[in-house]
Amino acid sequence: MATPVIRLAPWFNPALAIACLAIAAVAFSIPATTDGTEFNIFGTVFVAAVAYAVLSFVVTLIAQGPRIAKDRLMTTLVSAAFAIAVVPLISLISTVVSLGLARFDGTFFTSSMRNVVGEGGGALHAVIGTLEITALAALISIPIGLLTAIYLVEYGRGRLAKWVTALVDVMTGIPSIVAGLFAFSLFALFLGPGVRMGFAGAIALSVLMVPVVVRSAEEMLRIVPMELREASFALGVPKWLTVLKVVLPTASSGLITGVMIAIARVIGETAPLLIVAGFTQSMNYNPFDERMMTLPVFVYYSYASQGADTQAYIDRAWAGALTLIVIVMALNLGARILSRITQPHTAR
Amino acid sequence: MTKSTTTVPQQRGDVVFRTLVTGAGITIVSTLGAVATFLVLESLPALNPAAEIGSAPEGFVAYVTPLVFGTLLAATMALIFATPLAIGIGLFISHYAPRRIASVLGYIVDLLAAIPSVVYGLWGIQVLAPTVQPLYQWLNEQLGWLPFFEGPVSGTGRTILTVSFVLAIMILPIMSALAREIFLQTPTLQEEAALALGATRWEMIRMAVIPFAKSGLLSSAMLGLGRALGETMAVAMVLSPAAVITFALITPTNPSTIASTIALDFPEAAGLDVNALIAAGLVLFVITMAVNVTARNIITRNARKGAH
Repeated sequence: MATPVIRLAPWFNPALAIACLAIAAVAFSIPATTDGTEFNIFGTVFVAAVAYAVLSFVVTLIAQGPRIAKDRLMTTLVSAAFAIAVVPLISLISTVVSLGLARFDGTFFTSSMRNVVGEGGGALHAVIGTLEITALAALISIPIGLLTAIYLVEYGRGRLAKWVTALVDVMTGIPSIVAGLFAFSLFALFLGPGVRMGFAGAIALSVLMVPVVVRSAEEMLRIVPMELREASFALGVPKWLTVLKVVLPTASSGLITGVMIAIARVIGETAPLLIVAGFTQSMNYNPFDERMMTLPVFVYYSYASQGADTQAYIDRAWAGALTLIVIVMALNLGARILSRITQPHTAR
Repeated sequence: MTKSTTTVPQQRGDVVFRTLVTGAGITIVSTLGAVATFLVLESLPALNPAAEIGSAPEGFVAYVTPLVFGTLLAATMALIFATPLAIGIGLFISHYAPRRIASVLGYIVDLLAAIPSVVYGLWGIQVLAPTVQPLYQWLNEQLGWLPFFEGPVSGTGRTILTVSFVLAIMILPIMSALAREIFLQTPTLQEEAALALGATRWEMIRMAVIPFAKSGLLSSAMLGLGRALGETMAVAMVLSPAAVITFALITPTNPSTIASTIALDFPEAAGLDVNALIAAGLVLFVITMAVNVTARNIITRNARKGAH
């Protein structure tokens, strides 16, 4: 049996989609106008999408046969999968921005929570803690990570290199809370149980950060052309100087990008810091002594232990979340832009 | 001028530098060894059957079993939700979206990975849980005879099903990024051959892309599972936990996960409770490591197969 083949106009599917959306919007606005309930935008889009998927499938089935119809249906489903992933992103960012702006003010960045009950107060102690702990973690992980990457790319042969590669993979999979427990066990063994300090948090973050640095640096060093190294060797430059003066500068922009992404990855970590850095309401500049607040823990703690004036605590939690997202996005975008600018032919 | 002709380029600097970088490699190996050793050392007191743990009067195994169950349940459900979506997103970016905007779309999905988990927790508890609560009510009314949807329905929406929704969103970026990479590696000749024989785009994907990508997708699912198992804050904030083993997904009493229990109980724990929590962390470490090593083995086995 020959299937009927009727060519559908190229505007048919977009037109059908718009028609479905319009009809669904009208249908949903009837209760909204009569009983004054809120217009349900998610319901509208959902009903329109289902209607479109069914209608376009049926119409294509009648007009062009089952094979084309199946293809059309899958196109709808695959596009829907992408749309579904974007919905939480939009919802999350819009919520954080709209609720976070309530307390995203001067006081928030100039005062700590010491002696604050209810309104007011800020996250300066948490911002300082986050900056110090992340800086310490970076100070530990960047040298270890870069040197390990150099080892793997330039020197690593034999069994040790294989072990290191495998273990870096394993380290990437360590749950962040386990890294926190490790740092705790390490310090508790020497300083007794109940130990809490910023530096232990930095150690925990390093465990999470080192494999990220190694992975990205390894990738960047591997794409440095072999010819550059050979040219340098031919001039009689020893290997270590070749690595330091030829390979590293060539890969520098990629290395910096990788480090920025690694910092962005750990700056939002909550669980390990909750365990080893603890929480406090006061300023603490010394990462080697006593509890230290950090921004992610501040967000968690503001929400988890609300005082009598709940709204003030929730507002602070959202403002902290907004600050975190701004920092992380700035690091990610900065890394992106940097690699975009310096990408073509860094070797000059 | 004549100096360089006499010296061999193997200088003292070379030896120092080589030692330095090898030392960094050894640091990695020993760090991982230290993680395992310290965790074992600190959990030993809790593993002693005679130990009297305040939070676990019936012994460590009875304490950790519901937690392992909850961890596996939440992570598996998250994987079930995320896998079809991740495959769809990967296909959309690699084979459906116009090439010019494909990388931008990929970046948008990657943004989901950049958001800190504590923010997901806040969003999950304040936005997602109230949104899905009516859906749970409806599911219970329509499908309440299924053990998954039996009552009483949680009034807050803070259930293990909500947790697995949040976890699914959190593991989507890594899984879809891997899926995208794998789909892009499909031999173009095979795709073109399928299209030249008159296949539609979907038929081409089913005949050329999916068979090629199967094992890669499997390992990406394992990596996603590893992430979901260890996720802490989102679970700790969203879930209202209890020490139960149940498949009921929408009630107020939910099995908790290992990671979230540690985060919630650790700040106030003392004495043997601390050791019990560390031992639970060790269990989590072993589970995630097994999952990740399996994923890695699939990848390397495949790389070897591809080489021949």
